[in-house]
Amino acid sequence: MFLIVSAALFSVGLLAALSRRHAIFILIGIEMMLAAANLNFIAFWRFAPQPAQPIGVMVAIFAIAIAAAEAAVGLAMVIAVYRHYRTTDVDQLDRLKG
Amino acid sequence: MDQIFVHAKQWLLSFLGHAPDWLVQVASGLINIAALLAVFLTLFAAISVLERKILGRMQNRYGPNRVGPFGLLQPVADGIKMLIKEDIVPVRADKTVHFLAPVLIAAAAILALGVIPYGRNMTPFAIDGGILFFFAVGSTNELAVFMAGWASNNKFSMLGAMRAIAQMFSYELPLIITVLPVVMIVGSLAPDTIVLAQGGYLFGFIPQWFVFTPWGAAAFILFFVSGLVESNRTPFDVPEGESEIVAGHMTEYSGFKYATFFMAEYIGMFAVSGLAVTMFLGGWHAPFRVLEIIPSYIWFFGKLSILLFIYIWVRGTLPRTRIDQMMNVAWKFMLPMSFTCIIAAAVWHYAGRGLFGWLWSFAVVAVVYLALSMLLGTRKKFAPRQYRFAE
Amino acid sequence: MNAVAFVVIAIFALSAALAAATLGKLMHAALMFAVALVGVAALFFLLGAEFVGLVLVFVYVGAVAVLIVFTILLTRRDLDVDRGFNWTGVIVAILVFVGLSVAIFKTPFLASATPQTTMITVRQIGEALMTNYVWPLQCVGVLLTAALIGALVLVMEEKR
Repeated sequence: MFLIVSAALFSVGLLAALSRRHAIFILIGIEMMLAAANLNFIAFWRFAPQPAQPIGVMVAIFAIAIAAAEAAVGLAMVIAVYRHYRTTDVDQLDRLKG
Repeated sequence: MDQIFVHAKQWLLSFLGHAPDWLVQVASGLINIAALLAVFLTLFAAISVLERKILGRMQNRYGPNRVGPFGLLQPVADGIKMLIKEDIVPVRADKTVHFLAPVLIAAAAILALGVIPYGRNMTPFAIDGGILFFFAVGSTNELAVFMAGWASNNKFSMLGAMRAIAQMFSYELPLIITVLPVVMIVGSLAPDTIVLAQGGYLFGFIPQWFVFTPWGAAAFILFFVSGLVESNRTPFDVPEGESEIVAGHMTEYSGFKYATFFMAEYIGMFAVSGLAVTMFLGGWHAPFRVLEIIPSYIWFFGKLSILLFIYIWVRGTLPRTRIDQMMNVAWKFMLPMSFTCIIAAAVWHYAGRGLFGWLWSFAVVAVVYLALSMLLGTRKKFAPRQYRFAE
Repeated sequence: MNAVAFVVIAIFALSAALAAATLGKLMHAALMFAVALVGVAALFFLLGAEFVGLVLVFVYVGAVAVLIVFTILLTRRDLDVDRGFNWTGVIVAILVFVGLSVAIFKTPFLASATPQTTMITVRQIGEALMTNYVWPLQCVGVLLTAALIGALVLVMEEKR
């Protein structure tokens, strides 16, 4: 049952990441997807036949740490890009197009 | 006498008789919450008048002394005033966020009170990771302060909120890292266990509180100062400095919402002081074995009152710091000192917990403190002052 | 009681997440994101991993949400209206959800659907982190330092 909730949360995160044009919304969607994946890990750890070893908890803690680091770097990039191009609209960041 | 509240609660719960298990748990939680709210809201009312009287005496004047005997009914008058004030919301402010920000701050402050042990067997909610819960709830405080500042649609509020958040999260690091030596030595995050670990007496008469160890004393001072900053009190009340930024993030709030902010600040102060008492000052233990007949909750509230008096004393004495001075102290001094507290605690533990441990860890703390003060103190030399008089 | 709590919290978290994904105003979406994360943390509590739930609230709501809100402030152009909502994203998301649900319903379950009741204490997590998982811990430390330095370098203004 938890897996359905985590799948729904993942798809909502995917929705946020795919269908918005503001760069920060996309980052919010990515963070939501990571939280959904964490939920999946913990759910599988809890319902598995041997939950005494904290493997799921370990992976979830490391995933939270990595998600925080990635959010920090992503937001720093958004700020740097905004300073250069004065826009946060990802549809207008297409200078590398051939 | 010591367990009188625990027995009272069990007597109240016995009225439920053969109710299902979850109902008894919910009722027990509700009784805990009701008792907590009753005690701390009364304490908040008492503190708001006592603070003004103590500040007044320090400034060589009387505090409020018109309402009731010695001015002690002043909170009633303040409450009536706040309740009948008109509630002004700016036209272009964001109404939902503007309404929710004080609610969230007050909720965070009161939630943080729930994990502190007030006496023997008297923790409202004994969570295994109690200390982490306290800090997690404290970190939602920043988000709520930001909501308050942004929703008012006012540049001064926004600036005040950003300064408040910068100050709060840069002092959150020393706050948390100074708690780590205590958790490390005790081996558990539950506040109950931490208080029980400070229970014995060395040589029969010195209490084993953590504040009497060198790393504990340094950590206590750092924790106390960080707690001062976290609750935005003078000398660190840059976010609400009345002469600088009107009232910072609380500018556009009037009437009952302002009272809620005020209450949340004081309850945050109680929570941080309660945690300092729990972790460093021995919680509800008595200082001498002879005095153990006095109930445990009286010891807890006595120590809490001493810490609150120190808060008020510092407010009356020191001027406001500049924001860059505050940030410098946080990042350059308090953070390295809090790391050395962890190292000193480890040294204390591994050198045996007796005299050698004390000496070695004191040496570690003293060496780092002297090194930091020499490194940080001789940065800027100002030229001698030149006076230019109007001719 | 457990099932009722689960349904309530799940609906709360999902509706907050949907609001975060679809609201027009950026600030409201960021705040709804924080609320959705609190809902997910509550679900972690239900699963018996209280430490992870608390760490989630601490790191995500206390730090990442504040970061997001600060970045929204620093990159203000047209804050109130976010033009453009791409509907193909919705179709892709629904397809992914349907696919995942089909996959979930088709796999045979490992155990019965009742959870085991062993509570994991913080002490066990600490011991596991220091004995079995030391290398990942150090790697995460290096990664966080690298992320910190990288974020600072990205945002530092160039000295003319």
